[in-house]
Amino acid sequence: MTSSSWYRYSSPATFYPIAGRLIPWFGWAAAVMAAIGTWIGLAIAPTDFQQGDAYRIIFIHVASAWMSMFMYVVMAAWSALFLGFNTRLSAMMAQAMAPTGALMTLIALVTGSLWGKPTWGTYWAWDARMTSELILLFLYMGVIALRNAIDDPRRADRACAVLSLVGVINVPIIYYSVKWWNTLHQGSSVSLTAAPKMAMTMLTGMLIMALAAWFYAIAVALYRVRVIMLERERGSAWVGELQEVKSR
Amino acid sequence: MNEFFAMGGYAFFVWGSFGATAFVVVVEMVALRARRRRALDEARLATPDSLTAATQGVL
Repeated sequence: MTSSSWYRYSSPATFYPIAGRLIPWFGWAAAVMAAIGTWIGLAIAPTDFQQGDAYRIIFIHVASAWMSMFMYVVMAAWSALFLGFNTRLSAMMAQAMAPTGALMTLIALVTGSLWGKPTWGTYWAWDARMTSELILLFLYMGVIALRNAIDDPRRADRACAVLSLVGVINVPIIYYSVKWWNTLHQGSSVSLTAAPKMAMTMLTGMLIMALAAWFYAIAVALYRVRVIMLERERGSAWVGELQEVKSR
Repeated sequence: MNEFFAMGGYAFFVWGSFGATAFVVVVEMVALRARRRRALDEARLATPDSLTAATQGVL
Protein backbone atom coordinates (compact mmCIF):
# COMPACT_ATOMS: atom_id res chain seq x y z
CA MET A 1 0.00 0.00 0.00
CA THR A 2 1.28 3.45 -0.82
CA SER A 3 1.55 6.09 1.83
CA SER A 4 -1.18 8.18 0.21
CA SER A 5 -3.74 5.38 0.66
CA TRP A 6 -2.77 5.03 4.32
CA TYR A 7 -3.54 8.69 4.75
CA ARG A 8 -6.86 8.14 3.00
CA TYR A 9 -7.88 5.56 5.61
CA SER A 10 -6.80 7.87 8.37
CA SER A 11 -9.47 10.38 7.33
CA PRO A 12 -12.59 10.23 9.52
CA ALA A 13 -14.84 10.56 6.44
CA THR A 14 -13.40 7.31 5.02
CA PHE A 15 -13.15 5.46 8.31
CA TYR A 16 -16.68 6.25 9.57
CA PRO A 17 -18.54 3.95 7.11
CA ILE A 18 -15.87 1.21 7.37
CA ALA A 19 -16.20 1.17 11.16
CA GLY A 20 -19.98 1.09 10.82
CA ARG A 21 -19.83 -2.06 8.72
CA LEU A 22 -17.43 -3.80 11.14
CA ILE A 23 -19.37 -3.12 14.37
CA PRO A 24 -22.15 -5.76 13.95
CA TRP A 25 -19.60 -8.50 13.20
CA PHE A 26 -17.53 -7.79 16.30
CA GLY A 27 -20.62 -7.17 18.41
CA TRP A 28 -22.27 -10.48 17.55
CA ALA A 29 -18.96 -12.35 17.84
CA ALA A 30 -18.59 -10.88 21.34
CA ALA A 31 -22.13 -11.90 22.33
CA VAL A 32 -21.69 -15.46 21.04
CA MET A 33 -18.25 -15.87 22.67
CA ALA A 34 -19.49 -14.45 25.99
CA ALA A 35 -22.45 -16.85 25.96
CA ILE A 36 -20.26 -19.89 25.22
CA GLY A 37 -17.58 -18.77 27.69
CA THR A 38 -20.11 -18.19 30.47
CA TRP A 39 -21.69 -21.58 29.80
CA ILE A 40 -18.31 -23.34 29.99
CA GLY A 41 -17.26 -21.29 33.02
CA LEU A 42 -20.38 -21.80 35.10
CA ALA A 43 -21.71 -25.16 33.98
CA ILE A 44 -19.12 -27.26 32.15
CA ALA A 45 -15.79 -26.58 33.88
CA PRO A 46 -15.27 -28.85 36.90
CA THR A 47 -15.30 -27.52 40.47
CA ASP A 48 -11.77 -26.68 41.66
CA PHE A 49 -10.57 -29.08 44.38
CA GLN A 50 -9.00 -26.27 46.44
CA GLN A 51 -11.13 -23.20 45.78
CA GLY A 52 -14.50 -24.83 45.16
CA ASP A 53 -16.85 -22.94 42.85
CA ALA A 54 -15.47 -19.53 43.84
CA TYR A 55 -12.72 -19.96 41.25
CA ARG A 56 -15.33 -19.56 38.47
CA ILE A 57 -14.92 -15.82 38.94
CA ILE A 58 -11.56 -16.01 37.14
CA PHE A 59 -13.36 -16.60 33.84
CA ILE A 60 -14.33 -12.94 33.97
CA HIS A 61 -11.47 -11.69 36.09
CA VAL A 62 -8.62 -12.87 33.87
CA ALA A 63 -10.28 -11.75 30.61
CA SER A 64 -11.05 -8.25 31.94
CA ALA A 65 -7.64 -7.84 33.59
CA TRP A 66 -5.83 -8.77 30.35
CA MET A 67 -8.06 -6.43 28.39
CA SER A 68 -7.57 -3.56 30.86
CA MET A 69 -3.81 -3.67 30.30
CA PHE A 70 -3.99 -4.34 26.59
CA MET A 71 -6.38 -1.47 25.91
CA TYR A 72 -4.06 0.91 27.73
CA VAL A 73 -1.18 -0.16 25.47
CA VAL A 74 -3.40 0.35 22.41
CA MET A 75 -4.45 3.79 23.70
CA ALA A 76 -0.80 4.72 24.21
CA ALA A 77 0.08 3.44 20.72
CA TRP A 78 -2.63 5.59 19.10
CA SER A 79 -1.36 8.52 21.20
CA ALA A 80 2.19 7.96 19.93
CA LEU A 81 0.91 7.80 16.33
CA PHE A 82 -0.98 11.03 16.90
CA LEU A 83 2.05 12.82 18.33
CA GLY A 84 4.25 11.50 15.51
CA PHE A 85 2.02 12.04 12.48
CA ASN A 86 -0.58 14.48 13.81
CA THR A 87 -3.44 12.41 12.34
CA ARG A 88 -6.89 13.29 13.70
CA LEU A 89 -8.09 9.71 13.54
CA SER A 90 -5.31 8.49 15.87
CA ALA A 91 -6.32 11.00 18.54
CA MET A 92 -9.97 10.01 18.16
CA MET A 93 -9.10 6.30 18.45
CA ALA A 94 -7.09 6.99 21.61
CA GLN A 95 -10.04 8.95 22.99
CA ALA A 96 -12.38 6.04 22.17
CA MET A 97 -10.28 3.56 24.20
CA ALA A 98 -10.29 5.25 27.59
CA PRO A 99 -13.86 4.66 28.88
CA THR A 100 -13.95 0.97 27.93
CA GLY A 101 -10.43 0.51 29.30
CA ALA A 102 -11.56 2.05 32.58
CA LEU A 103 -14.58 -0.25 32.58
CA MET A 104 -12.41 -3.36 32.04
CA THR A 105 -10.16 -2.23 34.90
CA LEU A 106 -13.17 -1.71 37.16
CA ILE A 107 -14.50 -5.20 36.32
CA ALA A 108 -11.06 -6.71 37.01
CA LEU A 109 -10.88 -4.95 40.40
CA VAL A 110 -14.45 -5.80 41.47
CA THR A 111 -14.30 -9.45 40.41
CA GLY A 112 -10.83 -9.77 41.94
CA SER A 113 -12.19 -8.42 45.17
CA LEU A 114 -15.15 -10.82 45.08
CA TRP A 115 -12.72 -13.66 44.48
CA GLY A 116 -10.35 -12.51 47.22
CA LYS A 117 -12.91 -12.54 50.02
CA PRO A 118 -13.73 -16.28 49.95
CA THR A 119 -10.22 -17.31 48.83
CA TRP A 120 -7.87 -15.07 50.84
CA GLY A 121 -10.35 -13.85 53.46
CA THR A 122 -10.15 -10.20 52.40
CA TYR A 123 -11.75 -8.03 49.73
CA TRP A 124 -8.66 -5.90 49.35
CA ALA A 125 -4.96 -5.83 50.15
CA TRP A 126 -2.38 -3.23 49.20
CA ASP A 127 -0.21 -5.69 47.36
CA ALA A 128 1.75 -4.76 44.24
CA ARG A 129 -0.59 -6.37 41.69
CA MET A 130 -3.75 -4.86 43.11
CA THR A 131 -2.27 -1.43 43.80
CA SER A 132 -0.81 -1.13 40.29
CA GLU A 133 -4.15 -2.21 38.77
CA LEU A 134 -5.88 0.46 40.87
CA ILE A 135 -3.36 3.00 39.54
CA LEU A 136 -4.34 1.86 36.02
CA LEU A 137 -7.95 2.82 36.83
CA PHE A 138 -6.77 6.23 38.04
CA LEU A 139 -4.73 6.68 34.84
CA TYR A 140 -7.76 5.95 32.66
CA MET A 141 -9.88 8.30 34.77
CA GLY A 142 -7.12 10.92 34.64
CA VAL A 143 -7.03 10.80 30.82
CA ILE A 144 -10.84 11.15 30.67
CA ALA A 145 -10.86 14.00 33.21
CA LEU A 146 -8.01 15.80 31.46
CA ARG A 147 -9.92 15.74 28.17
CA ASN A 148 -13.05 17.12 29.84
CA ALA A 149 -11.01 19.87 31.49
CA ILE A 150 -9.59 21.27 28.22
CA ASP A 151 -11.99 23.07 25.88
CA ASP A 152 -9.84 23.10 22.75
CA PRO A 153 -9.99 19.53 21.35
CA ARG A 154 -6.59 19.78 19.65
CA ARG A 155 -4.88 20.81 22.87
CA ALA A 156 -6.80 18.11 24.74
CA ASP A 157 -5.54 15.55 22.18
CA ARG A 158 -1.94 16.53 22.87
CA ALA A 159 -2.27 16.61 26.66
CA CYS A 160 -4.08 13.26 26.76
CA ALA A 161 -1.53 11.69 24.40
CA VAL A 162 1.35 12.76 26.63
CA LEU A 163 -0.38 11.53 29.80
CA SER A 164 -1.25 8.20 28.12
CA LEU A 165 2.36 7.69 27.05
CA VAL A 166 3.77 8.53 30.47
CA GLY A 167 1.30 6.17 32.14
CA VAL A 168 2.13 3.19 29.91
CA ILE A 169 5.10 2.46 32.21
CA ASN A 170 2.50 1.13 34.68
CA VAL A 171 1.48 -1.74 32.38
CA PRO A 172 4.72 -3.79 32.65
CA ILE A 173 4.69 -3.02 36.38
CA ILE A 174 1.24 -4.65 36.66
CA TYR A 175 2.30 -7.55 34.50
CA TYR A 176 5.55 -8.35 36.31
CA SER A 177 4.37 -7.31 39.80
CA VAL A 178 3.71 -10.92 40.80
CA LYS A 179 7.31 -11.80 39.91
CA TRP A 180 9.09 -8.71 41.22
CA TRP A 181 7.35 -8.57 44.58
CA ASN A 182 6.07 -11.16 46.97
CA THR A 183 2.39 -10.54 46.37
CA LEU A 184 -0.75 -11.94 47.91
CA HIS A 185 -1.96 -12.20 44.32
CA GLN A 186 -0.95 -15.48 42.70
CA GLY A 187 1.44 -15.75 39.76
CA SER A 188 0.41 -16.00 36.12
CA SER A 189 -2.38 -18.48 35.46
CA VAL A 190 -1.53 -18.93 31.82
CA SER A 191 1.93 -19.07 30.30
CA LEU A 192 2.97 -19.45 26.69
CA THR A 193 6.12 -21.34 27.63
CA ALA A 194 5.08 -23.62 30.51
CA ALA A 195 2.66 -26.55 30.36
CA PRO A 196 -0.91 -25.59 31.35
CA LYS A 197 -1.46 -25.70 35.11
CA MET A 198 -5.21 -26.17 34.81
CA ALA A 199 -7.76 -28.49 33.25
CA MET A 200 -8.27 -28.14 29.51
CA THR A 201 -11.92 -27.06 29.84
CA MET A 202 -10.90 -24.28 32.28
CA LEU A 203 -8.25 -23.02 29.89
CA THR A 204 -10.64 -23.19 26.91
CA GLY A 205 -13.33 -21.29 28.83
CA MET A 206 -10.84 -18.62 29.85
CA LEU A 207 -9.52 -18.13 26.32
CA ILE A 208 -13.08 -17.92 24.91
CA MET A 209 -13.93 -15.26 27.52
CA ALA A 210 -10.75 -13.40 26.58
CA LEU A 211 -11.87 -13.48 22.92
CA ALA A 212 -15.29 -12.16 23.99
CA ALA A 213 -13.60 -9.27 25.80
CA TRP A 214 -11.50 -8.54 22.69
CA PHE A 215 -14.48 -8.48 20.34
CA TYR A 216 -16.54 -6.43 22.80
CA ALA A 217 -13.76 -3.88 23.22
CA ILE A 218 -13.28 -3.59 19.44
CA ALA A 219 -17.02 -3.20 18.77
CA VAL A 220 -17.50 -0.60 21.49
CA ALA A 221 -14.36 1.36 20.57
CA LEU A 222 -15.44 1.49 16.91
CA TYR A 223 -18.94 2.59 17.96
CA ARG A 224 -17.52 5.26 20.25
CA VAL A 225 -15.03 6.55 17.68
CA ARG A 226 -17.93 7.09 15.27
CA VAL A 227 -19.78 9.10 17.92
CA ILE A 228 -16.61 11.13 18.58
CA MET A 229 -16.33 11.85 14.83
CA LEU A 230 -19.93 13.10 14.77
CA GLU A 231 -19.27 15.27 17.82
CA ARG A 232 -16.02 16.75 16.61
CA GLU A 233 -16.68 17.09 12.89
CA ARG A 234 -20.29 18.27 12.98
CA GLY A 235 -20.90 21.09 10.54
CA SER A 236 -18.39 19.60 8.08
CA ALA A 237 -19.60 18.58 4.62
CA TRP A 238 -19.10 14.82 5.08
CA VAL A 239 -21.12 14.68 8.32
CA GLY A 240 -23.90 16.69 6.67
CA GLU A 241 -23.99 14.14 3.83
CA LEU A 242 -24.48 11.13 6.16
CA GLN A 243 -27.82 9.36 5.75
CA GLU A 244 -28.37 9.19 9.52
CA VAL A 245 -27.83 12.96 9.78
CA LYS A 246 -30.02 13.84 6.79
CA SER A 247 -32.95 11.63 7.76
CA ARG A 248 -35.56 12.76 10.33
CA MET B 1 -30.74 -26.97 39.50
CA ASN B 2 -30.70 -25.45 43.00
CA GLU B 3 -27.23 -26.87 43.41
CA PHE B 4 -26.15 -25.00 40.28
CA PHE B 5 -27.40 -21.67 41.63
CA ALA B 6 -25.87 -22.31 45.06
CA MET B 7 -22.36 -22.49 43.52
CA GLY B 8 -21.11 -24.61 46.40
CA GLY B 9 -21.90 -21.86 48.90
CA TYR B 10 -20.17 -19.12 46.89
CA ALA B 11 -23.34 -17.91 45.15
CA PHE B 12 -22.94 -14.28 46.27
CA PHE B 13 -19.37 -14.04 44.98
CA VAL B 14 -19.84 -15.94 41.71
CA TRP B 15 -23.22 -14.49 40.71
CA GLY B 16 -22.15 -11.11 42.06
CA SER B 17 -19.14 -11.12 39.70
CA PHE B 18 -21.09 -12.21 36.63
CA GLY B 19 -24.02 -9.94 37.51
CA ALA B 20 -21.88 -6.84 38.15
CA THR B 21 -20.03 -7.41 34.85
CA ALA B 22 -23.27 -7.81 32.89
CA PHE B 23 -24.63 -4.67 34.59
CA VAL B 24 -21.70 -2.38 33.73
CA VAL B 25 -21.53 -3.71 30.16
CA VAL B 26 -25.24 -2.95 29.65
CA VAL B 27 -24.81 0.50 31.24
CA GLU B 28 -21.93 1.26 28.87
CA MET B 29 -23.91 0.23 25.80
CA VAL B 30 -27.02 2.20 26.84
CA ALA B 31 -24.95 5.31 27.66
CA LEU B 32 -23.08 5.05 24.36
CA ARG B 33 -26.31 4.74 22.39
CA ALA B 34 -27.68 7.86 24.13
CA ARG B 35 -24.45 9.73 23.35
CA ARG B 36 -24.76 8.80 19.68
CA ARG B 37 -28.35 10.05 19.59
CA ARG B 38 -27.26 13.37 21.11
CA ALA B 39 -24.35 13.64 18.66
CA LEU B 40 -26.69 13.00 15.71
CA ASP B 41 -29.15 15.65 16.94
CA GLU B 42 -26.37 18.19 17.26
CA ALA B 43 -24.94 17.23 13.87
CA ARG B 44 -28.39 17.85 12.29
CA LEU B 45 -28.51 21.31 13.84
CA ALA B 46 -25.00 22.08 12.60
CA THR B 47 -25.56 21.14 8.93
CA PRO B 48 -25.35 24.06 6.47
CA ASP B 49 -28.97 23.45 5.38
CA SER B 50 -30.40 23.78 8.86
CA LEU B 51 -28.28 26.88 9.43
CA THR B 52 -29.75 28.59 6.39
CA ALA B 53 -33.24 27.50 7.39
CA ALA B 54 -32.73 28.92 10.86
CA THR B 55 -31.41 32.22 9.50
CA GLN B 56 -34.30 32.55 7.07
CA GLY B 57 -36.71 31.82 9.88
CA VAL B 58 -35.23 34.70 11.89
CA LEU B 59 -35.24 37.07 8.92
